Amino acid sequence: MAGIPHDHYEPKTGIEKWVHTRLPIVALVYDTIMIPTPKNLNWMWIWGIILTFCLALQIATGIVLVMHYTPHVDMAFASVEHIMRDVNGGHMLRYLHMNGASLFFFAVYLHIFRGLYYGSYKAPREITWIIGMLIYLLMMGTGFMGYVLPWGQMSFWGATVITGLFGAIPFIGEPIQTWLLGGPAVDNATLNRFFSLHYLLPFVIAGLVLVHIWAFHNTGNNNPTGVDVRRGSKEEAKKDTVPFWPYFVIKDLFALAVILAVFFAIVGFMPNYLGHPDNYIEANPLATPAHIVPEWYFLPFYAILRAFTADVWVVMFANWITGGIVDAKFFGVLAMFGAIIAMALTPWLDTSSVRSGRYRPMFKWWFALLCIDFIVLMWAGAMPAEPPYSTISLIGAAYWFGYFFVILPLLGVIEKPTTPPATIEEDFDAHYGKSTAAE
Amino acid sequence: MSHADDHEGTRRDFLYYATAGAGAVTAGAAIWPLVNQMNPSADVQALSSIRVDVSGVSPGTQLTVKWRGKPVFIRRRTPDEIEAARAVDVNSLPDPEARNENVAAGAPATDANRSLAPEGAEGDAAEEWLVMMGVCTHLGCVPLGNASGDFGGWFCPCHGSHYDTAGRIRKGPAPRNLPVPVARFEGETEIVLG
Repeated sequence: MAGIPHDHYEPKTGIEKWVHTRLPIVALVYDTIMIPTPKNLNWMWIWGIILTFCLALQIATGIVLVMHYTPHVDMAFASVEHIMRDVNGGHMLRYLHMNGASLFFFAVYLHIFRGLYYGSYKAPREITWIIGMLIYLLMMGTGFMGYVLPWGQMSFWGATVITGLFGAIPFIGEPIQTWLLGGPAVDNATLNRFFSLHYLLPFVIAGLVLVHIWAFHNTGNNNPTGVDVRRGSKEEAKKDTVPFWPYFVIKDLFALAVILAVFFAIVGFMPNYLGHPDNYIEANPLATPAHIVPEWYFLPFYAILRAFTADVWVVMFANWITGGIVDAKFFGVLAMFGAIIAMALTPWLDTSSVRSGRYRPMFKWWFALLCIDFIVLMWAGAMPAEPPYSTISLIGAAYWFGYFFVILPLLGVIEKPTTPPATIEEDFDAHYGKSTAAE
Repeated sequence: MSHADDHEGTRRDFLYYATAGAGAVTAGAAIWPLVNQMNPSADVQALSSIRVDVSGVSPGTQLTVKWRGKPVFIRRRTPDEIEAARAVDVNSLPDPEARNENVAAGAPATDANRSLAPEGAEGDAAEEWLVMMGVCTHLGCVPLGNASGDFGGWFCPCHGSHYDTAGRIRKGPAPRNLPVPVARFEGETEIVLG
């Protein structure tokens, strides 16, 4: 299955041969975990394992939480309090699930920005990248619907605002919104379907994760140099790689242990730090909280949504050119989804012949600015929708689109990259000295 | 692969297209109920009409009632509020249409076209009552009332939309005025919604 030449599983004993001729499952697992992995991977390559752990954690804690939760508007809030106070260890399970979502998004953002810096999206890994973006979209959908389930004030009003985005679509928006909600407003029908989908989507994500892994096992991992593993022969490939098991498994598990230490400190000592007190007030359709804020992981895109008000010239222009069909509200929705689509299109927007940002002197600075922009947008998204925050959001949104649609395509033309090493082995030896130990 | 050497329609081609067509229709027929079940159910759809007693509402105060899952604002406005609403040039409004189910579609957003009155009311009394959905036309939050915002009407805390004393959008991201639902006075002190 893997494109890099390496040793394959050979059944030896009689029973192994018996199983192998009927179902080559041991070979599949062996070839998957023995994949030759570039030996120069740095610490930014740990997030895949962290993410896999998060998915498993969310599914495991989620399944047991469902054993005590009631998806009905009259009982949902109380059933979550029942989990918190009465169910054995229930508060811990819920706090793990709540903060597990935050760890999941924390890891996915580092994973995505790792890919953006080292050019992991570039040929031949476009499909891996696109699958990853689909997973990210599904994660956002799942996270959003999960946040509605406790039926607190933020749950209810977050659901109202986000489903309202669909109502902004011209002509067909309102029927779509009604269809999504199952009525004129967020109510019991909405809660029930969100519960159903919140349970379903993680398994869809798990399926896509397998495809994601399959795709990069075929192309091989990217690495900090962006230089491909030599594939001429098994011996040549061995100079650039070590098997995933046991070398990278041990490294990744060490990273997981360090991250879990921090994670459990948060779960144990400050479990509500990332939440909002308003969500401990039961949903009330007649009173909006003074300040609706989404979870932190949605804030950058929420800031982009709010940045484009009717007095921004691009909005006025879009309004004029479409004869009023695209108003400020719809423009904001398009901008928010466009900001995510921009990331998905990166493989075709980046024109540089060099894969890794390590060898791109100008790109480095623009990329650093993008990271800062992301954090600024996250901060602005948590602030009220008024000056100066609205202006800051607008500048941040403009840079986001500028980076993907102007800077990335132009850099490939005007930038003069430095020369990457010829092989991964060369890069590795330059850092760690000539590797003779493996011989 | 179903094609024989001759390119004229063969019996096999016909069977191929007929089978594919039947398959597509069957798949569509199977999927439609799965999509349609998400539309509002019969009990949700059952159009409800409610009666609201407004005898206790004095000028300068408002009532919020829940109707079809959403809040409805019923405000008895002071002469100052009515005057402020009348003074605005309708053509200068972001949304110059009345958005009132009880007047003709596309009618201008004058104060008279936005307000509601018992039969036979005259003068300020004819524009005293304002009945409208308490749902921001931006993303559906409930605006704060009691003379809030820059125009002394309503202010939506979610994304900063300001509505004036006639519930018309004046500033912020909301595209339309707060809609006036089907409503009428029954006598002097009762409003029928729906």
